Amino acid sequence: MSDRNLKIILPNIWDIAAFTLVMGLVALLAWGSRQMAAPYTPGEQIPLSLDPSHLPMYALRTVLRMVAALVFSFAFTFSYATLAAKSRRAEGILVPLLDVLQSVPILGFLSVTVTGFIAMFPGSLLGVEMAAIFAIFTSQAWNMAFSFYQSLKTVPKELQEASVLFGLSSWQRFWKLEAPFAAPGLIWNTMMSVSGGWFFVVASEAITVGKTAVTLPGIGSYVAQAIQDKNLVAIGWALLTMLLVILMYDQLLFRPLVAWSGKFKFELTESQDAAESWVLTLFQRTRFLGILAKGAGNLWNSLTERLPKLPRRRLTFIEPSSFALKVQGFVWHAILIGGMIFGAWMLIGFVGRGVDHSEIFKVFMLGLITLARVMILLALASLVWVPLGVFIGLNPRWATKVQPLAQFLAAFPANLLFPVAVVLMVRYRLSPELWTAPLMILGTQWYILFNVIAGAAAIPTDLREAAKNLGLSRWRLWKRLLIPGILPSLLTGLVTASGGTWNASIVAEVVSWGSTKLSATGLGSYIARWTEKGDYPHIVLGIAVMSVYVVSLNRFFWRRLYTIAQTRYRLD
Amino acid sequence: MEALHPETNLLRLSKVCKSFKKSGGEEHLVLDGVSLTINEGEIVALLGRSGSGKSTLLRIISGLASAGSGKVLYRGKPVTGPVQGLAMVFQTFALFPWLTVLENVQLGLEAMRVPQAERHRRALAAIDLIGLDGFESAYPKELSGGMRQRVGFARALVVEPTLLLMDEAFSALDVLTAETLRTDLIELWLERRIPTKGILLVSHNIEEAVLLADRIVILGTNPGVVISEIEIPLEHPRDREAPAFRQLVDEVYALMTKRPRGAAGKAEAVPLSYRLPVAHVNQLAGLMEALAAEPYNGRADLPELANQMGFGVDQLFPLLEALEILAFAHTEGGDVELTAFGNNYVDADILRRKEIFAEHVIRHVALAAHIRHVIDERPGNRAPEERFLRELEDYFSEDDAERVLRVAIEWGRYAEHFAYEEGSGILSLENPVSSMPVK
Repeated sequence: MSDRNLKIILPNIWDIAAFTLVMGLVALLAWGSRQMAAPYTPGEQIPLSLDPSHLPMYALRTVLRMVAALVFSFAFTFSYATLAAKSRRAEGILVPLLDVLQSVPILGFLSVTVTGFIAMFPGSLLGVEMAAIFAIFTSQAWNMAFSFYQSLKTVPKELQEASVLFGLSSWQRFWKLEAPFAAPGLIWNTMMSVSGGWFFVVASEAITVGKTAVTLPGIGSYVAQAIQDKNLVAIGWALLTMLLVILMYDQLLFRPLVAWSGKFKFELTESQDAAESWVLTLFQRTRFLGILAKGAGNLWNSLTERLPKLPRRRLTFIEPSSFALKVQGFVWHAILIGGMIFGAWMLIGFVGRGVDHSEIFKVFMLGLITLARVMILLALASLVWVPLGVFIGLNPRWATKVQPLAQFLAAFPANLLFPVAVVLMVRYRLSPELWTAPLMILGTQWYILFNVIAGAAAIPTDLREAAKNLGLSRWRLWKRLLIPGILPSLLTGLVTASGGTWNASIVAEVVSWGSTKLSATGLGSYIARWTEKGDYPHIVLGIAVMSVYVVSLNRFFWRRLYTIAQTRYRLD
Repeated sequence: MEALHPETNLLRLSKVCKSFKKSGGEEHLVLDGVSLTINEGEIVALLGRSGSGKSTLLRIISGLASAGSGKVLYRGKPVTGPVQGLAMVFQTFALFPWLTVLENVQLGLEAMRVPQAERHRRALAAIDLIGLDGFESAYPKELSGGMRQRVGFARALVVEPTLLLMDEAFSALDVLTAETLRTDLIELWLERRIPTKGILLVSHNIEEAVLLADRIVILGTNPGVVISEIEIPLEHPRDREAPAFRQLVDEVYALMTKRPRGAAGKAEAVPLSYRLPVAHVNQLAGLMEALAAEPYNGRADLPELANQMGFGVDQLFPLLEALEILAFAHTEGGDVELTAFGNNYVDADILRRKEIFAEHVIRHVALAAHIRHVIDERPGNRAPEERFLRELEDYFSEDDAERVLRVAIEWGRYAEHFAYEEGSGILSLENPVSSMPVK
């Protein structure tokens, strides 16, 4: 097929453009990663310059942390989710575990692990880097693993049967069937996680845990320094840089990947609203790179073909005796229960030694305050974004323009904007109890908007026409069609926003400007305050209580609503 | 009977039983002592209605599932897992949407570690053979249903299977496409252009079976047993209109509609343990109307009726069975005839039809009468559906119990014997009240 003539092999204009892009990126990454392992002794203050000319380098460091976390997240996803999907026994513990991990506040992971990581890499900055990377990892991995697990569990039965019948090995099945089937969901979730991750990468660069003040060169620490120096101009530069970084991430990674993953959608009709990306088009038009990619593919194939041929997958017809099963089950459960007792003992012992019993009740009350903030904010944000989102979603022309913008805004780390808000609050003497609250939802409200837009755009035209034909009044149209129509997507948006808002509370309930510190009463500020003091029992207590709130909220509220929305208001 | 020379057996099943575990731990029997032989050079059709376990049987033969008891021998060797030399064509095509036609066809060869050049050559040859040239680089979603199934055939044939299994391979296609594909396949087979030594065709389309097969094996329902085998001694190409062909079709229809409980069950109700056929009220009304009208005037020949309605056995038989249960029609010897009740129903207006239906449901379907009785007895006149599901699970698998209850609920709701609320699964006497009165 590729033997027409030489012209095909010669690079075309697209090749040159694409090649420059790729090689430039590789060089940048190489340079930046060398900086990561610089020597460092704990307590040492890494000098940060507020000179804007240093910002590109800081931005690169920030991006590198994100990339590293992403690599770990993928490794985790493939192993953890595959194990959960393939082994029934592991599934029983791994899936609930994921559910709990998902609700642990991400900055909590950072406060707890940072000293440990520093001890692991003595004399090198790598330890601190690892702590930050680990925090970012925790903001991505759970979500990705869930998506991959769910895809693995829903691989169509007839495709599984076909691959078993045609004798595909497990390795081949993974790459030919399972990974492609999971790709659209995994890529979408990855991109959502990365979008959320910018918030944490920025937050994790400047953190103080007791005596360990950690400053990693990056945009986040740059902003922290600017806050200390009350330098509003520097903050302006940082915002501009981050804007460019997110723009590049959005255009060079998010959009091309999502558009490309459309290929793996399990559908037998071409969808109308396929995602588009100029970068993907560019790469698809290149000749030279196309051949390069094909060559790489062939190499991969011939390599994997040389793998020792495993025996054909046998279905084990001989079922293990029920006695052996029982023993296995018993051992498994014994290990589980043992682990649980040990975990509970550790938690109680650790927290109990440093914390008064009355404190626990107090922390739960603080959680209630933060819960109230989160719920009120979500309601307010819905009041604003649902009508707007529906309006936009019903106008296809608007939707295609606003949708990417909303996704872009969701990726922008809102904590960079906090100083601006604090300056206003200080100047006008606004109460932090009330006015720090909007900061919590600043970055997460966009999830509501773009999910509502997607939901409204998916309402079938014939239903809208039928409603018009029946002469439904505006109020009735909302009640009977629009609200039920967007409900499943609205809930998806709300669940995501809710998780993000809880996480944001740790940085949003305590904000500062120079030496001025504004603090609101709540669980978030509780965790932040004790983190600064480096008091682990209190930190762990705060984190545990927040997890309890988030898990219960998910279980008893969101999931229930979601099930109702999925069964009653599905439009198909 | 056939197997005089064991070495010419491609496949031999003897006394295969299979049961599934129900949630309560009890066993539910799906296949009960099925024996079956496929000889070299033979096309065998496996005909059965839904619930006859034909799908399960096919999965046992292909090594995707194990037989509970009995023997499955492929060329004399017991089948313990997917067998090389067997390939299957799926009803839903089972193509990988992210692979091109060429890549889909190469899939089996890749698994066999055929070197790339040869893989390519063989795949192209198979694509050529099945009439797909020009579509090598297309993705399945760009193709029509017929073309997709051609990819399914190419993918199966490229591994040069000794035994080709077809799981309702034509039933997802429209009539014209299915016919072309059948003709093409039988041509390849007759001209020996494929090395395949035998074909097992699972179908619910009687004409298709008579058209293609050398022998038809008919499976009975619940549990699946072989109820009869019939040779088709006709020469290819077969003429659907030839009297001999029609007669064989009639014969198969008669065999498949033969009811084990006999024709004399009309007056009494079918018990709780009866697997109610999945038949929707509107379909029943439509079928009765068609039967009452020209050209049938109350009596129809089943093959003709199926043809005219474009129905396969899976669609027509449940309707006939439902009409039989409700005493609206009677099926015998390959013919169906409306009863006096059926005629009354057709002549009535919408409300009167409901009344007639209501009367018949309560009289002939014990499950409907039972549900009504329980609701009447219970305080508040409400009962959860789980209550009945659990009762039905004494007789059926979980899925079947659910299916049977759905049918009873649909019939009972239409007859206004009781109301049902989907969300909560509550059966009650009152009709659902709208959350807001209609303006």
